[in-house]
Amino acid sequence: MSFWEYANPVKFMRLSDVALPWVVGAAALTLSVGVIWGLTTPEDYKQGSTVKIMFLHVPAAMMAINIWVMMLVASLIWIIRRHHVSALAAKAAAPVGAVMTLIALATGAIWGQPMWGTWWEWDPRLTSFLILFLFYLGYIALWSAVENPDNAADLTGVLCLVGSVFALLSRYAVNFWNQGLHQGASLSLKAGERMSPVYKYPLYLCMLGFFLLFLALLLVRTRTEIRRRRTAALIAREVRS
Amino acid sequence: MTALLLRDLRLAVRAGGGFGLGLAFFLILCTLVPFGVGPQGGTLALIAPGILWVGALLACLLSLDRIFALDWEDGSLDLLATAPLPMEGTVLVKAAAHWITTGLPLVAAAPVFGLLLHLPAGAQGWLVLSLLIGTPALSMLGAFGAALTVGLRRGGLLLSLLVLPLYVPTLIFGAETVRRGGAGMDAITPLAFLTAITLAVLGAIPFAAAAALRVNLR
Repeated sequence: MSFWEYANPVKFMRLSDVALPWVVGAAALTLSVGVIWGLTTPEDYKQGSTVKIMFLHVPAAMMAINIWVMMLVASLIWIIRRHHVSALAAKAAAPVGAVMTLIALATGAIWGQPMWGTWWEWDPRLTSFLILFLFYLGYIALWSAVENPDNAADLTGVLCLVGSVFALLSRYAVNFWNQGLHQGASLSLKAGERMSPVYKYPLYLCMLGFFLLFLALLLVRTRTEIRRRRTAALIAREVRS
Repeated sequence: MTALLLRDLRLAVRAGGGFGLGLAFFLILCTLVPFGVGPQGGTLALIAPGILWVGALLACLLSLDRIFALDWEDGSLDLLATAPLPMEGTVLVKAAAHWITTGLPLVAAAPVFGLLLHLPAGAQGWLVLSLLIGTPALSMLGAFGAALTVGLRRGGLLLSLLVLPLYVPTLIFGAETVRRGGAGMDAITPLAFLTAITLAVLGAIPFAAAAALRVNLR
């Protein structure tokens, strides 16, 4: 029994059919508990109630980056091993990632207005997220522009590889260009946690909820893509005969 | 390779439009900016490094789709693909031809445009140097974008969407070199970064662009 067996669309469909309701249920549960818990936390002594935006902002930002990494891995699997499910999963993940980036930018702006006194600042973190959003847009646009699905998967795969390098490069280049206003990471494996447990645990739950939400959306969208591919094949057969 | 380069250059010069167009666009941009921000020398000098670099970038972008499109249409790209020269070499030569026809004239004319925008005299040398080092990367990344979109009917707009985010690091370090040079600060550090990016792009991107071209020629 190998992991690669699920590269078979039929096996993938069967497994995801069973798993999907559980993932959706778990996502709904963790997300609702996490968000409600987050909203009922006490107000921060400095930030007041605006601190609660964090429970959407941080998980969305985390997912925005991780979805791109997932697309990179999926593209690599497609380019190296030519598994169609992998390419379709990368395609399905991109719009979710773009929306996550947008959520992170929008909640950041809503938080930044009362806290920093500005909706937008050309801060390295903010700027690199905007650039990441542009990369997502380009990736989605290239998928929709190329007609042959295999060519589209190849071209977007190459774009994803090159884009990853440049997104990372831009991330550090903007550091050079402007000093930051955004705070550093409060949760880090290396430096330890610098956050009160009152906020920490609901935040962890929200992160888990966002991850499960992404997983659910990814499964639904990949299944849609596989079905769309199947209908296209059926129509093509119908037209030929 | 030399034959291909000469052929591309000859085509660019004789077909017209491609050669001087980028330069004319750059001139128009530098004329329009003062209308937009006002004729005060101080303001212009402040934004000149950024405007000049953004202008160079956009002028470069204008002619990108011509890198492969013409050869794609008349089928000579298929012949080039079957030629003994590896695809990576073809891409490199195409990008070099694009750079010689658009990047190099921009570099040569940049001091004049710098004068138009009141660029401080101390920054002129840095402007030429940073453009000279940075524009090959623009052409190479552009060739990658052109290779991705060569088979598409409405590739032009998509090409800019794909290529412009890739230009961000080059733009940052290029404009920063000119700004620091103009302010009398240490401009070697951004220039070194710019050089590193250009060299890495020239070394690695031909493979990505060739892979994209092979897919499109399938």
